Amino acid sequence: MAAGSGAPAESCVGQVVLPGDVLLLPAHPEDDGERLRLGAGAAPRGRLLCGPGLRRCPTGLLVTKCGLLRHRPAGGGAAGAAGGAYWVDSQQKRYVPVKGDHVIGIVTAKAGDVFKLDVGGSEQASLSYLAFEGATKRNRPNVQVGDLIYGQFLVANKDMEPEMVCIDSSGRSSGMGLIGQDGFLFKVSLGLIRKLLAPKCEIIQELSQLYPFELVLGMNGRIWKCPSCLTLGSSPWACGLLVLEPLVQL
Amino acid sequence: MKATPLSNCERRFLLRAIEERKRLDGRQCYDYRNVRISFGADYGCCIVELGKTRVLAQVSCELVPPKPNRPTEGILFFNLELSPMAAPGFEPGRQTDLLVRLNRLIERCLRNSKCIDTESLCVVAGEKVWQIRLDLHLLNHDGNIIDAASIAGIVALCHFRRPDVSVQGEEVTVYTPEERDPVPLSIHHMPICVSFAFFQQGTYLLVDPSEREERVMDGVLVIAMNKHREICTMQSSGGIMLVKDQVLRCSKITAVKVAEITELIQKALENDQKARKEGGKFGFAESIPNQKITAFKMESAAVDTNNVEEQAEEIITKADPPSEVSTTPILHTPGTAQIGEGIENSWGDLEESDREEAAEEEGESEATAFECQKMETEDTSTMLETKKDEPIVVSDSEEEEVVILEPQELPMKTRAQTNPKQENASKKAFNKRRKKKRAAY
Repeated sequence: MAAGSGAPAESCVGQVVLPGDVLLLPAHPEDDGERLRLGAGAAPRGRLLCGPGLRRCPTGLLVTKCGLLRHRPAGGGAAGAAGGAYWVDSQQKRYVPVKGDHVIGIVTAKAGDVFKLDVGGSEQASLSYLAFEGATKRNRPNVQVGDLIYGQFLVANKDMEPEMVCIDSSGRSSGMGLIGQDGFLFKVSLGLIRKLLAPKCEIIQELSQLYPFELVLGMNGRIWKCPSCLTLGSSPWACGLLVLEPLVQL
Repeated sequence: MKATPLSNCERRFLLRAIEERKRLDGRQCYDYRNVRISFGADYGCCIVELGKTRVLAQVSCELVPPKPNRPTEGILFFNLELSPMAAPGFEPGRQTDLLVRLNRLIERCLRNSKCIDTESLCVVAGEKVWQIRLDLHLLNHDGNIIDAASIAGIVALCHFRRPDVSVQGEEVTVYTPEERDPVPLSIHHMPICVSFAFFQQGTYLLVDPSEREERVMDGVLVIAMNKHREICTMQSSGGIMLVKDQVLRCSKITAVKVAEITELIQKALENDQKARKEGGKFGFAESIPNQKITAFKMESAAVDTNNVEEQAEEIITKADPPSEVSTTPILHTPGTAQIGEGIENSWGDLEESDREEAAEEEGESEATAFECQKMETEDTSTMLETKKDEPIVVSDSEEEEVVILEPQELPMKTRAQTNPKQENASKKAFNKRRKKKRAAY
């Protein structure tokens, strides 16, 4: 790109970056010239992870989404930004399926051996009935249209319909599968979900001091909460959500 | 695009809430959402916000020949459009039942009630009359489109000014707004629609249903009334059967609501009139508040959290205990550790499958939680539980030379117990690292 010279990446961490910005990465003294090695074959020290919102370009990293630039140093990151991960934190409400993401889907149809789920993306995801823990051809999971399912994406690219599974690679459910019958589902922005999933999230700790509850957070912006707690004179859904929503802006 | 489907647990929750006379946004059964009316710079342009439902109305006029069978009456034309930006389920150019029903309701409400004096729109009998056109656009759908649309329609018609006309013999002069002030339309009364949503075969009634409530309702009754308590139109759809006193009760509620809304409309019209006369600023840019990121101002709802703790405790103790969580590393051999994924492959076990099925059909919620310090972004489900801190060792049948240090508890065996099983969740990244380590052997 013919844009002006980019700024070094470390100086932009924590600032707003716009699409088209080029971030220069520090060169390693061991490498020849300015070539930066990215990829699994590189030595662990030089391995740099290019997270969402960034793309590799010949001179460094090209920003593709607007937001705040974040950086996490690799373990023992005193050696500068030689390792670690860069990504752009952006506000988004529309979800795009990504492989490996755990999401909450709503069953819309049962077509033979496959369930069709709505995950909030452009296409409905498919989920085979065998992709549940302990499911066999005779033992089908008891899933009806309109049920909620927590699973992860096995295949999610822009050319194909996304596929989901409710088991991990060893065949265990790891918490995935059909979500219980009670409770309530609501939609929030993707940034809030990421914030809630961060370790030591204060919002969840504070809410848990109010009363005990159970949460399933889907990366597609859906939260399932139980108990819905319809009690005299209180509306805990409103309580939970109204506490969370203003914090989205943080 | 298809609209997001409504899940069963949402439907159950909403119906249970309605049975307990609770609404999601904290309103009472007969409460309306906040109505906000803002006017544009032109006469006859206004936006009405009923909660988050937004309708834009625009009135325009044109001189046309009249209809042959009504040579002395003006022509009214109403059009409601559901913009695709209102909801993901709306597509342009596709006539849905909803659209047809809404258009018919607006026509009946505004045309058949004769709220506008069409005789006054006549300029030259048989040759030239004013055609008044009202266009309504739905900008955001959060339930109860018809109420918002009817308010927007009547407000826009009251706000509109048509060019002044004078007829001298055979000559007709149409004055521009600069020559003579434009003239308002002659409006007799203001009909406003009020919607009632019925649930559980007419047992429960809600006024001004929101979008979620509309999805689970059995049927809806729309009553259009003006402030003189005259019913202009009434329509019941959804096939519900209503008793006479239900309908009477609804009409009484309508009278109260219409009086309030009419007052609000009058005030809004007066304020706008004053602002224009005094030369102050008017128009959308002034009236829509300055919001930085979001387009809607979040309204605070009063929430009572007094008894939440005790009642939540009750519900929690009655519910099934959630499965236990362990976040401990699993030692294969000295120097290797593993958390979560990659435990022994269990697909060969057919005896376990029956018990698994039973467990799943009970509807246990199997959200497990743990925290893991990792490089990549986390993507797990969370649950509040205390975590144990003992290392668990498993024997992995894929590696033959594994030395088991302390065979305390084997997760594979715990599945045979009826106690909550210990489950480990993890990330794929770890698998990659583990595969790397294997490759190194």
